[in-house]
Amino acid sequence: MKKRVNKLKIMRRLLSAALLSGFVISCFGKAYAGEDNYTYVYDYWEDVQESPDAYTVARVFDFGALGLSSNLNNPESLFVDGDKVYLCDTGNNRILLFERKGSDQLEFVDEIKSVKGADPETFAAPADIAVDEDGNLFIADRDNNRVIKTDPDLNYLMQFTRPDDSALDAGTGFKPDKIVCDTAGRIYCEASGINKGLLKFESDGVFSGFVGATRVSYNFMDYIWKRLASQAQREQMVSFVPTEYDNVYMDREGFIYAVSGGLKEEDLKNETVDAVRKLNMMGTDILVRNGDYPVFGDLYWGGGGGISGPSYFKDVTVLDNDIYICLDQKRGRLFGYDDQGRMVYAFGGNGNQAGYFRNPVSIEHMGNDLLVLDQLDCTITLFIPTHYGSLIYQAMEQFDNGEYDDAQATWEEVKTLNGNYALAYIGIGRSMYRKGQYKESMKYFEAKYDDENYSRAFAQYRKQWIRENIIGIIVIILAIFLVPMSIGRVYQIKEEIDNADIFKLMKK
Amino acid sequence: MSRAYRKKESKEDRRERRAANLARYKETLKFGFYCISHPLDGFWKLTHEHRGSLAAANTILILAIFTRIIKLKYTSFLFLQVYWEDINIFLYIASIIFPLSLWVVGNWALTTLFDGKGRLGDVYIGTCYGMLPYPLIQIPLMIVSNFVTIQEGQFYSVLSVLSLVWCLILIICGMGQVHAYSAAKTLLFTIASVAAVLVMIFLLMIFFSMVTQGVSYFISIGRELMYRM
Repeated sequence: MKKRVNKLKIMRRLLSAALLSGFVISCFGKAYAGEDNYTYVYDYWEDVQESPDAYTVARVFDFGALGLSSNLNNPESLFVDGDKVYLCDTGNNRILLFERKGSDQLEFVDEIKSVKGADPETFAAPADIAVDEDGNLFIADRDNNRVIKTDPDLNYLMQFTRPDDSALDAGTGFKPDKIVCDTAGRIYCEASGINKGLLKFESDGVFSGFVGATRVSYNFMDYIWKRLASQAQREQMVSFVPTEYDNVYMDREGFIYAVSGGLKEEDLKNETVDAVRKLNMMGTDILVRNGDYPVFGDLYWGGGGGISGPSYFKDVTVLDNDIYICLDQKRGRLFGYDDQGRMVYAFGGNGNQAGYFRNPVSIEHMGNDLLVLDQLDCTITLFIPTHYGSLIYQAMEQFDNGEYDDAQATWEEVKTLNGNYALAYIGIGRSMYRKGQYKESMKYFEAKYDDENYSRAFAQYRKQWIRENIIGIIVIILAIFLVPMSIGRVYQIKEEIDNADIFKLMKK
Repeated sequence: MSRAYRKKESKEDRRERRAANLARYKETLKFGFYCISHPLDGFWKLTHEHRGSLAAANTILILAIFTRIIKLKYTSFLFLQVYWEDINIFLYIASIIFPLSLWVVGNWALTTLFDGKGRLGDVYIGTCYGMLPYPLIQIPLMIVSNFVTIQEGQFYSVLSVLSLVWCLILIICGMGQVHAYSAAKTLLFTIASVAAVLVMIFLLMIFFSMVTQGVSYFISIGRELMYRM
C-alpha cells in the first residue's frame, strides 16, 4: 500500500514536471539538506523542515580531556556497558576503559594491552569489544585473526578463530571487525572480506553458520548481458555479490541491528537493498518500514562541499525506547528513526566545530546520551538531549505506558516547539485515538498524511456514527424503496377504480 | 439573418426559438449517454445525423476540466495527495485543453488528406463527447473516496483507470466513425495522429525557443545601448 502511494506521488511529480518543462520553467528549487540548520527532519513531501535541536554537545573529549598521556591512533570502536566506556584504540593496540562521572566527565580507569594466558598475549589491531551480562569481555583481535573471550579480570577463557567450513572460500582469512554477544554467550561477528552474513559462533566456540546475508541486487540489463556473454567475458564482469555489513549492534531484546554503507545509489532508490536491517535469531530482517521514505538517511545526495552520493551508515545504536540512531560517515550526520521507521531527527555535519565531525566511525548511547567517536580527530563527542529531545522521548514513553492524556499533553508541547513536526501531530492523533476521540484524531492524521492511522480512526468513527444514526439510516433506506413502490400502487388503484365496471355502468 | 427579418420576430417567436434551442441543447447533451454506451452507432449518428452539438461538446469539455480541478480539493487525501505549493490552476486547465487541441488539429489535418469525412468541428465534437465518462465516473468516485478507508480503497484506482480507458476507447471509436473509417484504418490514423501531435509539439518548442532567443537578442542590444549612453 505504502509503495503504491509513493508511486502515485512520484507519478504526480513526473506529470507536473513534464507539464512544466513544456513551458520552459526550470524546477531546481529544492533546497539541499541542512545548509542552514543543525537539526532537521524531512516532511511528507520530502522537503527539509528545520527543527529545534534535539541534542546538544555536552563536551568533546580529546586525549587530554580523557586523561591520557599520548594521543589515540586510528580508534575504531566504542562500547558502553552501564557507566563504563570501552574505546578500541586500534592503532595503538590497546583498549581503554573510562567511567562516566557526572554529566560531562569521562574518567580514565584502565588500559588493556594484553590478556593473561592467551597466545600471543598482546593485541594486533583490536577492532571491537563486547561485554556480556556476566562482565566477560569479547575482543575482536583483528590482525591476530581471533576473537578472545576473557573473564572480567582479563584472564583468558577461550578464543574464536577462523572456522574450518566449506562455506568459507579457501582464500579468505578471518579478520573480525565487529562483534556482538548475546545473553547465551553466542557471538555474532562481522569479518572483512566475508559477505555471506554475520558469522555465528556458539558459546563453546563452534561456528554454526552465517546469519542474515544481505540481499543481492542486480540490474535487469546487467543480467541480460551476462546471459549473452561468454564464460571468459563473464569472468571479467563484476559479479552480483551481497555487500558486507559495516557494523552491528545488539539491542536490549537481543535483535541485531546491522548497517551497511557503500550501497549503490540506484539500488537504494529502487529499495532492492537496505541500509539498516534488524535481524532476529533466524537472521530474518524484521525492521518496520512504515515511514514516508526508506531508512537510508539523507534524501538529497547532491554534491555539497564535494560530497555526493547517499549517506554512508557506519554504525548504529538503539536506545531503550527502540529509537535507533544511524551514523552517516560521509556527511557526519546522525539520523534517528523510531520503531516504525519514521525519521525523528537528523543533525550534524562535516567540520571542526563541536557537534561536527571529520570521520565519525562509532556511536554508542548511555541512557539517552550519545557518544560519537571520530577517527580522524581522535575525539569522543558527548551529546545530551535538549529539552525538545527529552520531550519527544518522554511523550513516546508515556504513550507506551498507556498514559495517553500525558502523552497527548507532551506531544502538544513538542508541537509548540516545532510546528512542522509530523511525529507530534501523529502522536497527538494516536493518543486521541486510544482515548476514543476518533473524529478529532482524524484531523491530526490528515494534517500529516498518515493514511494508515487515519483509516483506522475513520473506520471506528464510521462504526460509531452508524450505531448512533441507525434509525435514521433505516428510515431513509425504507423511504427510498417504499415511496416509489407506493406511488406505483396508488396509480394502480386509481386506474382500477377508473376502469371498474361498476363506474362504467354508472357513467352510461 | 437580415435586419428586416429580425424586426419581424415577435416576442413569442423569440421565446419559441429559444425554447427550441434549449430543447435541442438538452437533446444533444442527452445523446452523449447514448454515445458512451453505443460507441459505434452513437458516434456515427453524432455527426452524420447531427445528433450532437457544439454547445453540448463545450459543456462536456468544461465539465471534464472542472472535474479535474475540483478533484484536487475534494478527493480524500488517502488517494490523492496534493502539494498545494506547486499547484497552478492554469496548468491543470492546459493539461486538458492543450493535448485536446493538438489532437483535434493533428487528426483533422491528417484525415482530411485521406478521405476523412469529418470536418474540424466534427472531430472536436466527437472527441469532447468521448470525454464524458471522465466526469461521470470521477465525480461520484471523488465523493465516495471520503467515506472509505485505505484498505477498502482498491476500487478507487481500478475505477480511476477504467474511466480513462473508457474515454480512450470512445475517442478512438469516435474518430473512426466521424471519418467513416474501417477498424484498421482507424487504428493506423490514431497512431499517425499521435505522431502528428509529437511533431507539432516539437515545432512549437522550436518556435518558442527561437522567439525567446530573438527577444533576448533585442533585450541585450537595448541593455548595451543603455550602458553606453
